[in-house]
Amino acid sequence: MSGALEQLYQQIILDHSKLRHGEGLRPAPDGSVPGESHQYNPTCGDEITLRLARNGEQITAISWAGDGCSISMAAASVLTEIVDGGISEADLLSKVDNFRDVLRSRGTIEADEEVLGDAAAFSGVSRYPARVKCAMLSWVAAEEALLASR
Amino acid sequence: MPVVPTPTTLTEATAAIDDREVSHIRNDFPILAQQVNDNGLVYLDSGATSQNPLSVIEAEQEFYEQRNAAVHRGAHSLAVGATDVFEEAREAVARFIGARSNEVVWTANATEALNLLTYSFSNATAGRGSDDSRRFVVQPGDEIVVTEMEHHANLIPWQELAFRTGATLRYIPVDDDGALRMDEAAAVINEATKVVAFTHASNVLGCINPVEELIALAHARGAFAVLDGCQSVPHLPVDVKALDVDFLAFSGHKMLGPTGIGALYGKADLLNAMPPFLTGGSMITKVTMEGADYLPAPNRFEAGTQQISQAAALAVAVNYLQETGVKRIAAWEATLGRRLVEGLQQIEGVRVLGPGAGTERIGLAAFDIAGVHAHDVGQFLDDRGIAVRVGHHCAQPLHRRLGLIASTRASTYLYNTTADVDYFLEAMASVRSFFGARS
Repeated sequence: MSGALEQLYQQIILDHSKLRHGEGLRPAPDGSVPGESHQYNPTCGDEITLRLARNGEQITAISWAGDGCSISMAAASVLTEIVDGGISEADLLSKVDNFRDVLRSRGTIEADEEVLGDAAAFSGVSRYPARVKCAMLSWVAAEEALLASR
Repeated sequence: MPVVPTPTTLTEATAAIDDREVSHIRNDFPILAQQVNDNGLVYLDSGATSQNPLSVIEAEQEFYEQRNAAVHRGAHSLAVGATDVFEEAREAVARFIGARSNEVVWTANATEALNLLTYSFSNATAGRGSDDSRRFVVQPGDEIVVTEMEHHANLIPWQELAFRTGATLRYIPVDDDGALRMDEAAAVINEATKVVAFTHASNVLGCINPVEELIALAHARGAFAVLDGCQSVPHLPVDVKALDVDFLAFSGHKMLGPTGIGALYGKADLLNAMPPFLTGGSMITKVTMEGADYLPAPNRFEAGTQQISQAAALAVAVNYLQETGVKRIAAWEATLGRRLVEGLQQIEGVRVLGPGAGTERIGLAAFDIAGVHAHDVGQFLDDRGIAVRVGHHCAQPLHRRLGLIASTRASTYLYNTTADVDYFLEAMASVRSFFGARS
């Protein structure tokens, strides 16, 4: 084993891929505005439907349903952790941008755990360009769901 | 040195291929010598695209160094020579499938070959072509039959033809193991059937379909039989005349040839009755401002400058296959296919798609492994230098029927050893524990 594989599949990712936070679509709480997005990766067939709940500028709830590889499922799980408990729209968008920058960096940008939490473990994905789409699937869905809830 | 060898140079060995012979064959394929992720490359993705022997690579280079010119036009010596190369290549490929050379139309790949066919039918339906072209008219009430195991390339062009013409698309279903429901085929193919299009060997299941039976069913109902030979022509002896198939599509890059070239075989009387698909230069006789007359097949279907160097190289690829012996290659790949299936079936959580051990299959195996997504399996194997295909393999309806979104596929060719298969199986044995899949 080269060790590179363990850099990609860190234990934290494998754990999230099995114990998935936020899995199972739930209706947005009363009084909030829902926003939903379905994303599909035609190369592998992975898909996700993600739902956000908005109260003004705050995003107050997230849930999702999907089917895909460990990277895509774990990425949705760590995203849920970021949103859970509430986050401002601007803050969430900036984290999505940061996550995307890290993933597209081909290993040149180290993720900041302060900003991304468990999602920082996805730094290793940036060395595998073919897998960036897997990690981004749910995060792009969150961006689209935000737009849909406006 | 002639670019295209004459048939007299072809001799087929009789002894079975073994690992020792494969070790010599591998020396002809420069790409196989490389390291991938600190391991020797184990290439098990020939079902997607095959690797090229040096002679094929050199043939393309030699064409550009010595013979490059536009074909079928120009009176200079170079153009005459290039035309000879191009047409000799057609003869070589035609011979390889038991066809006459005017029955082989060059295309970019099998996908284009099948699109050519469906668009020609459309054009006949729109009233183009001659009186002879009326037999290709497809209209409401007509039925087009495919199978549930088709590659998208032999499904979507027929769907589109049905949409354009108002015909109905029907399909022969597969059973839970992925085998064609031949009991249903006889009912699905009926008097309204215009075309029956099906794959010779499945790119997912590895099964070899009862082609003779399907062709007979089609012909009994007056329908055209169209064969997708992408996974058969490179791996099995295919004789279009013995099969009596009307059309056959295949791709060069899956049979040791370069990318960018494939072919459509069609019976001469059919091709010559079909209206063209792509139009323009090189496919006409007389052109006025009002209209044009067209050349007979195959040139009628080859508008514009063709893939000449690729044709030359494909002929060398075909020669390589014939010198090695297609029957011997098929037997070797059947050995590798058996080894793959038997080995995979011993790994906990693995479900091999298609026929089980003991049933005939080509040298590939696609499978699902419980608790690990195909994409992750592919990544795990790549880390060890093993190249496999992951995903739906352009057969989404088949995967859906089998209850899957994606699978992993290992596919062999004449340059794979039993050691390749064993190395792959050894890696597979530790996939589930790496990903912590629960048993």
